[in-house]
Amino acid sequence: MGEFKVHRVRFFDYMPSAIRSMAFNSHTERLAVARADGAVEIFNFADNYFQEKVIAGRDGRSIEALCWVGCRLFSAGLDGEITEYDLENLRPRYSIEAYGGPIWTISGNSEGTLLAAGCEDGTVKMFEVLEDRIQFQRNLSRQKGRIISLSWHPSGAQIAAGMMDMIRIFDSETGHATHRLLVDRGVGASKSREVVVWSVAFLNDHTIISGDSAGKVQIWDGLTGTLIRTHLVTKWDVLVLAVSQDESSVIAGTSEGTIVQFQFISSTVGQQDKLWVRTRTFKNHSHDVRALVHTDSAVISGGMDTQLVVRPLLDKVEKNTQESALRKIAFPHRNLVSCAKKAGLLLFQFPDHLELWRLGESDRNGTPGESLPVNRKPEKLIQLKTKGEDHICCSALSPCGSWLSYATVAAVRLYRLQISSNNISIQKVSKLPRELKSVHQLCFSSDSCRLFASSSFSSVVVVALNQTDCKYLHTLKHKSGSRQPIHILSPSEDGQWLATANTDCEIHVFNLRKMKLHCSVPAYSSCPTAVSIHPTTGNLVSVHADQQIFEFSLKQKEYSEWSRQLQRQGLHPLWLQRDTPVTSISFNPNNPAHIMLHDVFMFCIIDQSLPLPEAKTKFYNQMILRSLPQPQRLRESHAFKTCKNFQHLLSVNLLEDLSLVVVERPLVDIVAQLPAPVRQKKFAT
Amino acid sequence: MVEQAEIRVVHQGGSNITFREPAISSDSRFLLCASGHSVKVFSTVTEECVQELRGHTDLVTGVLIRPSNHLQAYSCSADGTVRLWDFTDGILIKTYLIGYPICSIYASASHDGVVFIATPTKGHKTLDSLQLLAVHLPQTAGQLVETSDLSAVLSDVSANPATVAFGRAGEYVASTNGVQLQIFFFKKQKSFRFSLKENSCSGRSNTFTCVACHPTDDCVATGHEDGKIRLWRNFDQKREYTYRTLHWHHGAVRALRFTPEGSNLLSGGVESVLVQWQYQQESQQDFLPRLGAAITHIAVSPDGALFCTSHSDNKITVIQSCVKVSSIIQGLVKGEAVQTDLMVDPRSKALVLNGKPGHLQFYSLHRDRLLFNLDVVQQEFIHQEGLDQFQVVMATLDGAGAWLATVEERKQETVEAELNLKLWAFDEPSQSFILNTTVSTPHEARITAVTFDPAARGQTSLLVSCGQDGLFKAWRLAAPGHPDDGGPSWSCDFVSAYHGLAPQRCCFSADGSLLAVSFQEVVTVWSPASWELLLTLSQPPGNIRDLCFGRLSCSKFLLGTTNCNQLCCWNLLTCSLEWSTSMEVSLLLADPLSDNMAAFCHQDGNTDLFVFKPSEPRPLFSQKAVCSGRVSRAVFAPREVALESCEESSRWLNRSQLYFLTPLMDLLTFSTRAEEERLMAASKQLVVDDSVAMTPFQLLLGKRPPHHQAVGPPAKLPAPPGGSAAVRELLQSPAHVLPAAAALCSAFMEALLGVATETREKKTSAGETPSDTEEEEEEDSDEEMETRATRSEEAPLETDSAGPVLSRAQVRELRRVRKLDHSWFSSLLDS
Repeated sequence: MGEFKVHRVRFFDYMPSAIRSMAFNSHTERLAVARADGAVEIFNFADNYFQEKVIAGRDGRSIEALCWVGCRLFSAGLDGEITEYDLENLRPRYSIEAYGGPIWTISGNSEGTLLAAGCEDGTVKMFEVLEDRIQFQRNLSRQKGRIISLSWHPSGAQIAAGMMDMIRIFDSETGHATHRLLVDRGVGASKSREVVVWSVAFLNDHTIISGDSAGKVQIWDGLTGTLIRTHLVTKWDVLVLAVSQDESSVIAGTSEGTIVQFQFISSTVGQQDKLWVRTRTFKNHSHDVRALVHTDSAVISGGMDTQLVVRPLLDKVEKNTQESALRKIAFPHRNLVSCAKKAGLLLFQFPDHLELWRLGESDRNGTPGESLPVNRKPEKLIQLKTKGEDHICCSALSPCGSWLSYATVAAVRLYRLQISSNNISIQKVSKLPRELKSVHQLCFSSDSCRLFASSSFSSVVVVALNQTDCKYLHTLKHKSGSRQPIHILSPSEDGQWLATANTDCEIHVFNLRKMKLHCSVPAYSSCPTAVSIHPTTGNLVSVHADQQIFEFSLKQKEYSEWSRQLQRQGLHPLWLQRDTPVTSISFNPNNPAHIMLHDVFMFCIIDQSLPLPEAKTKFYNQMILRSLPQPQRLRESHAFKTCKNFQHLLSVNLLEDLSLVVVERPLVDIVAQLPAPVRQKKFAT
Repeated sequence: MVEQAEIRVVHQGGSNITFREPAISSDSRFLLCASGHSVKVFSTVTEECVQELRGHTDLVTGVLIRPSNHLQAYSCSADGTVRLWDFTDGILIKTYLIGYPICSIYASASHDGVVFIATPTKGHKTLDSLQLLAVHLPQTAGQLVETSDLSAVLSDVSANPATVAFGRAGEYVASTNGVQLQIFFFKKQKSFRFSLKENSCSGRSNTFTCVACHPTDDCVATGHEDGKIRLWRNFDQKREYTYRTLHWHHGAVRALRFTPEGSNLLSGGVESVLVQWQYQQESQQDFLPRLGAAITHIAVSPDGALFCTSHSDNKITVIQSCVKVSSIIQGLVKGEAVQTDLMVDPRSKALVLNGKPGHLQFYSLHRDRLLFNLDVVQQEFIHQEGLDQFQVVMATLDGAGAWLATVEERKQETVEAELNLKLWAFDEPSQSFILNTTVSTPHEARITAVTFDPAARGQTSLLVSCGQDGLFKAWRLAAPGHPDDGGPSWSCDFVSAYHGLAPQRCCFSADGSLLAVSFQEVVTVWSPASWELLLTLSQPPGNIRDLCFGRLSCSKFLLGTTNCNQLCCWNLLTCSLEWSTSMEVSLLLADPLSDNMAAFCHQDGNTDLFVFKPSEPRPLFSQKAVCSGRVSRAVFAPREVALESCEESSRWLNRSQLYFLTPLMDLLTFSTRAEEERLMAASKQLVVDDSVAMTPFQLLLGKRPPHHQAVGPPAKLPAPPGGSAAVRELLQSPAHVLPAAAALCSAFMEALLGVATETREKKTSAGETPSDTEEEEEEDSDEEMETRATRSEEAPLETDSAGPVLSRAQVRELRRVRKLDHSWFSSLLDS
């Protein structure tokens, strides 16, 4: 597969933010995840858990609760505002002050007409969901103590609220509290502390299930207001509960990182006297489980340890299929690293700042596997803090290393860099064209004289750059009518083509010479995760969330012969079983048959000149090939050459001098930066 | 050997009572344990063995209370029979012939007349694949019943009997094997199989070890190799089954049991802690720790009042349900293997050998129960597999029982073995051994032999130890150099070696004037007085395995066995080989009270016994195939009362009795016919004769049945009074040959009473006629004359008829007389 000099970069201190809340929309199969820095991510569960959209956060915005109402996403937080998101422009649409102090929870009724918010001052505020906004309707009768959790009865007639030391049941028509369920405090020293009912669930048969800070999961009869059962689950807090759609299973997330499942089971076979029985325990987290979703076939959990875990319930899915595998989503499905190929610079994107690094150098050559001594150490040149409270949503560095650009929800900024050996200057380009706003993705052309920015309605703004100023050239539009944001911009090396991909799974190719749409790639059901145009053949290569690879000839406007053959033969099962998407595609200028791809756990070169692997052949055969004699090696080798030497890859780039830049972020480093988990007695320690 | 049948090998107790789960009778009074070829019935209160149900001809593999009659019990055995017993009276009611070796037996209350047995699958000789059969027991009369109505229920059943359990009202049966759980529903005739992965995430084995079913709910609890307990529910569905995992044990869960109401789940394992989980509130557990050894079985009484845990050290602990140990039934402690020689404590006449880890046990042979454990290592034993801990590898007692020497050793793979030699003095006030001296690392390498000088009684002051480091050392009891240092202690007196060879065995002559030490094939004889080498004897090839001086008239002989199948006898006076013979002697033993020697020979997988005098070429006694396997531990235990057997072949047993341990750790002994007859006669004497009515006459007579001529009077019994003879017999005969204690108790008490009455009568009315009957009649008539006139008429009848009818007034009188008797008895004691 060829030999490269590799820059193994481990100085990108990427630190994901803790997951605070999740909401799952079972109609669209979209999961919304709110992080501690205020960012909201949308995962498409129908499309291999692909992270479709990321709405950047803001300083001071802390989301406590997320709620889908139809296809609309609402959030509420301790800033006391309810926010609705614009999922097409990846920005908050509006925020409404609830005037009740910090909001701990929001919950929509099953019809999607009302939104209830639980506030610090003890009120449950009802908002009416209107076509384009929400409107305050009324308060339910005010209680002492904050409202921590809310749950609607599926009929919408009642609402249960978890508070300090108690649970209240309100009649949603009259607004009066009908029941007061007192929750026991913990034993021992915690007897004097108020118990917090972190989560409640109101079931259709009027059973109320609560999880509280004394570590109990309690089952109540909501009609009489009596306690039925208490399950002591943990010594610490039960933070969150989730109920399955058919209300036969409840899961509870605890501070210990465990998830406990309760099932509604008849005690003797074939009889109807069912009761809630504690069954399985899952431990996939090291820290607090703050958010839980119970889908029909899986338990989705997230918490302080920043990972999103999808744990399939083995009694609901077929065994030994891809669906039955545990998934941990720890890294974003997009690039946070830009590389200036000609200048050897790296730009790292953090939520509130950017870092520009110069790669180290070594003039020595070594044998494969050897690590070379570094002449010049890698060096952090610039740390650029953003202005204002908004976090960075995208950034780009021009290939020549003289332009730097980033965008927040509010604005786009462009800087001109001048870097000599010992002198660095950065200069903000003050006048930017008005068309550059609401940008989701930024990209420079390979000759660094154009900036492409994806904007609303799937359009692309093209800006020409020269030494002194920048000038708006054109807005590229297509006619498919999709309003979804573009998440991939990929210009060709020769500057003739620009490929765009949006989350409606469309790929459009624009001719930059003529400034118009050249063609659209036939739509495929899965979202493209990486798109690139071959510099010599002019073929567009796309990899999708379901791991399929396509090659589309821009000249013939049809799939290439290699792509057809690949589809006929099918990809190797081991390739399809990988659970992280390919996030970039690049090409080797020395060998046009090579396509270089990477995901988080591997780096792969596809040699189009070699035969495709059969389903039965050994996929990861690099080690075997090395031991074989030359003629046999040729016979045994297949197109996919994978390298797993590098793990937790955030970016792989090929520099102009054909050395490879590999940006790693080992998971252990992330775990080491997490706060200490709750103390647990471990056996034999 | 014409009279070979005279001497019989007898099981001398000590067999494993924890081989299978015990059964508790429904009134919680009795505990039934499979023990060797018989079933023992213990009282849960007094810990005594009250019945022994004998009849099986092979290992008993299961005991079970009959669900439809709580006074009867089934037992199954590898001899292919299921037997039904009345266990309170010890009567065999029925024998069902199955025809295949049976590994375990189960029953459930709802399957009437059916027992379930696990037998090896046909064609499979090995025991790892069994099948569960339902056996319909025919209701025919007669003792011996052939059963033909067998139907297979489950195949692929594990050989571990804990892996099968019957569920709620016998609706289903759960069985585990390997990593698979199988549940068979009888009504639907449908079975479900659930599999686990071989290994859990942490890499430990998920193999099932035991299973228990909840009595009322559909919940199956399974124990696993990695210490987890899983509670399975919804197991009538192929996929939507679910389970909860409980994890407290760090070693494998060996036993699981639900209490009869289903409110608690009990579990036990190698940690020797009984864990009680509250059903439905499993986060709340109760523990009963420090039970002494790994738990192998748990049994629960039907009323839930008692739990029994069987332990790996042959112990059954009876626990009240309030989690409190109420009694302990301890058999002969079986460690991993007995490493010490068998010894007899001269004081308590108890057998001394390895007991609990780090302990020596003193086991009374006469009473067949453990006297006490002596903690030698004095370190906490950690119940964990794979740990190297100190073990007692050698122990020896001196002739008077005043000193005990122990060697403990810890083998470690990396470092050399750690050794300690400890000397214990017998302390009269506390009646136990007290540590006197500890010598750490007495030798550089393993110690091969330790022996005391058998000098004059109570004067022992010399101990010799041999080590693999090529040295043998003499240790002497010496007064401390400084008067403040306390009492005398042991110190090294002499060290010697012989050509750098490692000493293997050492032996003192009976008078202590000579010490023989074997160095590979050379035997050296030393004088302990001057420590000079007197002579060397050598009979190559082969290293010396055992070395023994002759006793009494044969004390001029020194006998040795080699590992090249030679038995040599040297004459120490001529310093030459007297005779030698070729036989593979695994153990050579000298009787301390006679000049006899016993040699156990290993041949063709069996062990033969020869008893001979060194001076005579012909063996006194020999028996082929005493037991299978190699016998390496045996001891001559002196008798308390010497037998006066005149038959030639059994004369060697007159003064001492020979006990030996089989490789399966069963303690066996030899008993003569005369001895057995004597014991049988004594026990018959004491049997309560129910046909005699309870009259004051009979009461005062003691236990002399009117028709005792018919029984056949034992000739060598001392003359009457019969009551005192019976008492003496009772006190002298070993417990294991006596009938049940419950049966004996009343007879014994009344015999005592009879003696007391009799002596008193003799004192008060010395001048009267010596006939007991007349006295009785007189006293009786004195009091009853005026109340009942008919009494005199009935009196002559009484002598003829076996069961006279007493009026209510008479009974009342009788009761009064008995009360009076007691007061006399106590006054007699006081005087």
